[in-house]
Amino acid sequence: MDTNTPANGPGHTHPGSTLSEMDLRVRALETLLVQKGYIDPAALDVLIETYETRIGPHNGARVVARAWTDPAYRRWLLEDATAAIGSAEGFGFSGRQGEHMVAVENTPDVHNVVVCTLCSCYPWPVLGLPPVWYKSAPYRSRVVIDPRGVIAEFGVQLPASTQIRVWDSTAEIRYLVIPMRPAGTDGWSEAQLARLVTRDSMIGTGLALSPDALAAA
Amino acid sequence: MNSLHDMGGTMNFGPVRPEVDEPIFHADWERKALALTVLMGASGQWNIDQARAARESLPPLRYLSNSYYQIWLDALDRMMIERGLVTEDELKTGTAVRPGVDGVRRLQAEAVVPALMRGSPSERPAQAPARFAVGDAVRTLQMHPATHTRLPRYVRDKPGIVTHCHGVHVFPDTNGTGRGEQPHWLYTVQFEARDLWGPDTTASSVCVDCWEPYLKAA
Repeated sequence: MDTNTPANGPGHTHPGSTLSEMDLRVRALETLLVQKGYIDPAALDVLIETYETRIGPHNGARVVARAWTDPAYRRWLLEDATAAIGSAEGFGFSGRQGEHMVAVENTPDVHNVVVCTLCSCYPWPVLGLPPVWYKSAPYRSRVVIDPRGVIAEFGVQLPASTQIRVWDSTAEIRYLVIPMRPAGTDGWSEAQLARLVTRDSMIGTGLALSPDALAAA
Repeated sequence: MNSLHDMGGTMNFGPVRPEVDEPIFHADWERKALALTVLMGASGQWNIDQARAARESLPPLRYLSNSYYQIWLDALDRMMIERGLVTEDELKTGTAVRPGVDGVRRLQAEAVVPALMRGSPSERPAQAPARFAVGDAVRTLQMHPATHTRLPRYVRDKPGIVTHCHGVHVFPDTNGTGRGEQPHWLYTVQFEARDLWGPDTTASSVCVDCWEPYLKAA
């Protein structure tokens, strides 16, 4: 087995066998829990649809784009991210795994990066479900000691003068990184800017896209 | 519990391999694993700290060789069996031998989105003043509980500075072990990376959320 698979691989490293084994196991589980009356089968579909379409990094991108364009919103986000993100006056991106939010801002001097070394805590309402690498042993083990090396594996070289601050989400506080606004975006609208805000830039393993990179994408 | 889930600073797991254009789910069973885990989490039969405790107390090699959704499923099976909701045989066959037990809260489809939007806030009213304030120098305890805790090993018995006070929150060390919420003040403590790792680090600082019982004045 590939050494990078532990608690990391998406569980499909042995295509035929593992997949069908897991399919059978989960099918049996679903059938049983429905028979027992513990699960409303229609609730499964609603929940899956919610995380496949409604909740994802496009939410967080809107928050960041507003922080870039609206100084009063940026102050609110930095002072009380739970309200600025989750309240009706903010974006209404509230709830499960984002009950208590803190936003941390990248600057030329300090770059922030978020991890959960103990499990897989991640701000679902703004970023959706975590990618496999975020839950993996390589990321969880190393980003707290060698964040510069980890970030480099995402193709990002931070200036040597930039300090790296790691946030280990051990409690129910969830962290959203506000990446630096790329140069060459003066006068861009919130909607245009949101397209530059990647998921990884809001975790801290990436930077927001430059206008050139967006054009090339 | 000092087990392999507590990974901070462990070496030799290889490089991080981000997947380009990663799909939200890699197989249909992952969709169902997520949904079944979240829905059973709303059943009222256990809390999130007990779920985390169940995941981290899986056999270590199983924990390491599983994908994360497999970890969730293993822990879900275990919690349901322990509480008498299902039997091992029923899980194997996918057929109920006995009817479901009473008192299991069933989230109806129309209640799913409101429940997700509400979440489960962990903040509770303060019963006592906070012992520490932003700017205070603190030290984490030297402790090795055999049960659930959220103080990673790499930040035990280390000096740090309180940078945020988040109010009073449910305490996982008791809530995860059936001893009740026993809420405590929660702080972000910033540790200088050199105090954690000596010279062998590229971090400048590491911030960790610490409940008051994890801390003493420095």
